Amino acid sequence: MNLSFDWLKDFVDVEKLPTPKQYCDRMTDTGSKVEGFELLGEDIENVVVGKIVSTEKHPDADRLTICQIDLGESELVQIVTGADNINAGDLVPVAKNGSTLPGGVKIKSGKLRGVPSNGMLCSIGELNLTVRDVPYAVEDGILILQEDCKVGDDIRDVLNLRDTVVEFEITPNRPDCNSVIGLARETAASFNLPFDLKEPQVKGSGDDIKNYVSVEVRDNDLCPRYSCKVVKNVKIKPSPKWMRTRLRAMGVRPINNIVDITNYVMLEYGQPMHAFDYNYIDGGKIVVRRAAEGETVTTLDGTERNLTTDMLTICDAKKPVGLAGVMGGENSEINDNTTTIVFESANFDGTSIRLTSRALGLRTESSGRYEKGLDTENTLPALLRACELVEMLEAGDVVDGIIDIYPVKYAERKIEFCPEKINRLLGLSLSRSEMVDILTSLHFIIDCDVLTPPSYRADVEQMADIAEEIARIYGYNSIPSTNFKCEVRRGGYTPFTEYKNTLETVAQSLGFSEIQTYSFVSPKTFDLLNLAEDSPARCAVKIINPLGEDTSVMRTTAIGSMLEVLSHNRNFRNPSVCLYEFAKIYISDEPTLSSGKLPEEKTNLIMAFYDNGDFYDMKGVTDAIMNASGVVGYEYISCTDNTTFHPGRCAVIKAEDKIYATIGQIHPSVLKNYSIDLPVYLAEIDVNLLFADAGAEKQYKPLPKFPAITRDLAFVCDSSIEVGQLEKCISKYAGSKLVEVTLFDIYTGERLGEGKKSVAFSLTLRDDNKTLTDEDADKITGKVIKGMEYDLNAVLRS
Amino acid sequence: MKEKLQQIKLAAQAELEKLCDADQLEQFKVKYLGKKGELTAILRSMSGISAEERPIIGQLANQIRSEIETLVDEKRTLLAESAMKHKLEAEKIDVTIPGKKRPLGHTHPVTSTAREIEKIFINMGFDVVDGPEIEYVSNNFDALNAPDNHPSRDMTDTFYINPEILLRTQTSPVQARIMRDNKPPIRVICPGRVYRSDEVDATHSPMFHQMEGLVVDKNIVMGDLKGTLEVFAKNMFGNDTRIRFRPHHFPFTEPSAEVDISCFVCGGKGCRLCKGEGWIEILGAGMVHPNVLRNCGIDPEEYSGFAFGMGIERIAMRKYNIDDLRLLYENDMRFLSQF
Repeated sequence: MNLSFDWLKDFVDVEKLPTPKQYCDRMTDTGSKVEGFELLGEDIENVVVGKIVSTEKHPDADRLTICQIDLGESELVQIVTGADNINAGDLVPVAKNGSTLPGGVKIKSGKLRGVPSNGMLCSIGELNLTVRDVPYAVEDGILILQEDCKVGDDIRDVLNLRDTVVEFEITPNRPDCNSVIGLARETAASFNLPFDLKEPQVKGSGDDIKNYVSVEVRDNDLCPRYSCKVVKNVKIKPSPKWMRTRLRAMGVRPINNIVDITNYVMLEYGQPMHAFDYNYIDGGKIVVRRAAEGETVTTLDGTERNLTTDMLTICDAKKPVGLAGVMGGENSEINDNTTTIVFESANFDGTSIRLTSRALGLRTESSGRYEKGLDTENTLPALLRACELVEMLEAGDVVDGIIDIYPVKYAERKIEFCPEKINRLLGLSLSRSEMVDILTSLHFIIDCDVLTPPSYRADVEQMADIAEEIARIYGYNSIPSTNFKCEVRRGGYTPFTEYKNTLETVAQSLGFSEIQTYSFVSPKTFDLLNLAEDSPARCAVKIINPLGEDTSVMRTTAIGSMLEVLSHNRNFRNPSVCLYEFAKIYISDEPTLSSGKLPEEKTNLIMAFYDNGDFYDMKGVTDAIMNASGVVGYEYISCTDNTTFHPGRCAVIKAEDKIYATIGQIHPSVLKNYSIDLPVYLAEIDVNLLFADAGAEKQYKPLPKFPAITRDLAFVCDSSIEVGQLEKCISKYAGSKLVEVTLFDIYTGERLGEGKKSVAFSLTLRDDNKTLTDEDADKITGKVIKGMEYDLNAVLRS
Repeated sequence: MKEKLQQIKLAAQAELEKLCDADQLEQFKVKYLGKKGELTAILRSMSGISAEERPIIGQLANQIRSEIETLVDEKRTLLAESAMKHKLEAEKIDVTIPGKKRPLGHTHPVTSTAREIEKIFINMGFDVVDGPEIEYVSNNFDALNAPDNHPSRDMTDTFYINPEILLRTQTSPVQARIMRDNKPPIRVICPGRVYRSDEVDATHSPMFHQMEGLVVDKNIVMGDLKGTLEVFAKNMFGNDTRIRFRPHHFPFTEPSAEVDISCFVCGGKGCRLCKGEGWIEILGAGMVHPNVLRNCGIDPEEYSGFAFGMGIERIAMRKYNIDDLRLLYENDMRFLSQF
């Protein structure tokens, strides 16, 4: 919303306001946020009214004319011009030597074809104006002034080009401030100045509105009030200069007197107005109703609109003549031949207007205002103001009488006024009279303990709202900062977040960097990941109005997001990338959540790399994570049926039936789907499950008192036997004295024979109660050797 | 005899000077002090000396022996020192050759910014709590006093799963959950992901992160909100930071404010970052609306509270001078490794 100071001065003494910058700061502080301000006319300097005293042809150029100009100075000024619409005696705008025109153009003395020229005669274009602003001007010649002015006058004063325009951002709770009057009220309250609003005076010309038009409001729910008046003997012409310049300052294009009046009143009162050409209202009857099935209307912009039955229309006896509150119809548009008009000033339901405007993709100044909900009490003053302006502009004769359909009258709201409670909420100690002064300046009426807000302040409903009114005028920044008094206590993370943060530290110290990816993915992700048709991961919660298919379902796995990021990095040839994400996934068995149960939101830790090692490097990473997790008693089990992973290079980390993690090399065909040309190793770790099973606090165990003995044993066995099996077997037979078994070599070769391998382990043995002797150790290894042969046909390699 | 002894001493001294390694020193020791050495030979030949002279010569010989021994010891130390010096010189390496990689991972700037904010509030006694991202409309809008016709409820602004369930558009529904499930005093912050139907560009993303704060207790006043946010701003952006409250409108707070901090680049003088204004808008705040307290089962006559919320990406972008939001979700290693 723009505010012209030239207009503001009708209501507030602008001379009493501080500098524009200070004005803007204070208005922002009191709740009318200023986006910026502009000093109109600042871009024009040293352009004055000049009188053409004489003209003569340029001796060397047919198209040029040499003029002698009177600028009210001691000597005449000679200017050469290319224009041909000037005559001696004309008053014209003259840009003097050393002047500035809009766009930063500097005018300096020079010579044109050898003849000295000390300035320039200006057209409207050169002053950044159009014929809308100066209706009597020509587009392609010098502006011949018809204003009441004399030589030497500053052109900015002659054409009313000087103004201060402030741009406000109005919050949705204050639709009343989308008007000059609303902002003038705020200005007066903010600067403690009188606010002067005159009631519109309409003389009238006799006759009776009943002779022209009748109104029927069929859908009162969408139209709480409909007021209108009729003007006859309308003379369509340009509106006067003062009105045009004000409209222009507010960013509205002047059209003609009647249209300009509707726009002027909308800007001044915040009440949208519409003018219909009476001759095109069939049957002299206005009906306000929802559109009938299949009805259409062609709006002022020339577009035919298909209407639905929830859209409110203004109709005549037969057809729609406008979309209520959004845009008028082309059929009843004001034109140069219009003689009788109906001024409409109505109140429409904001939500209905918003939905209609959205559905049609048609947003107008008017719909934007209605959407926010307008004051029903405002229709009449605005309507009378429009008629007052008609009389002032001599644009027609206002017919007596008014139609005002207003079945449910506005009821004043009464709110308890309790200064103590207000002080208690704000942390202030204002006196009752200080509060009353502030509230009175905002036109609240206070009667003992009862406060009545003005009708246009629908946002004020209870004590907290009154507190805000007081706080903003008093100044938020004047409220002293305090520290709330409360019990001393330690804040912190939830245990789960603490746990997650611990794992995160491990991930980072292992060289992995964090990524953040979108929680919604494309449903195609599941195909890219090679998931089986019946995979439960395909059951993803669906967004009914996504931005696009790529972001249309909530992810059930974050592997796809990770692969996309790796692919991006690979495309940019970033070397050895190691990444992790604590990714939320959303698990439900119904994509629409129609049972009303929210999905389970789980946290997975995804870790992945390319160009940084192989499966066993990733296994080292998951070992470290599992070690930090506090979960014990898990094992790696080969997994051949996870279709996202390489069938021969995938494992799950599990205990009993619980799968804590899946780790492996991504299946080559999945990699191809993501255009990654290097092997990717990835682990998907269920953080919630780890957290649930994380062990109790750590307890110290005394250091061993007796030394350990190590024994190295190599076994020859079938290649198909896994190292894990061998280790388990060693543990089984070595018994309680075995501290650790470590693999240190795997060998295959001709000497061992086809299908055989040699696997070497180092066993650490210790007895907690005595020093083990060699004999003791030999006894244990003897058992192991026998057991290995018996269980797995693994023979000690000699 | 005496002269002979003196000669031996002088010869030994001269020879010792020239020695340059430990082996030579050992040979020297044998030559002069060994069993078949020159001094021993002289002592052995003392039988031909008169009885009066013998103790004098003997004493002199022993004295010279002891002097040579001292010299040998000194020389040994010197040689050892010089040998060590040579060894160390030979072992010199080029310390400017890059170190062997032990890479540390990097924290995403959104996470590190959130952590920083969290720590400040944890130190003020706030708990960090969590809530679901897929939420009930009732928690996201109704409980928070958003009017039924509020535009933010539109399908064009908010992602819906069905008419009752949506992707939360703000972290504020966690407020409603916390107030319903806990009795005051309440002092929490809730970081998390939120979703709005915005096309991706340099400053918009359909998913971003917010941080919500809520305090509810007896006698909480608006000055407390200012005091708390001042502590936050000074800790987050530097001790000289000032804050400014501007009246604003949010459905769930009353009075409501937008909060600016003095620009941490120019200190408030006006620069490119703050677009010449000297202030940067960083959060929205206000006193919890009595309707919200009531909706969550808290009596506004007895309790009051304040709430605030901020966009984490916005703060991260200001803090690290990141000019395009898309960089945060592209996760390019060249970007991530800068944090």
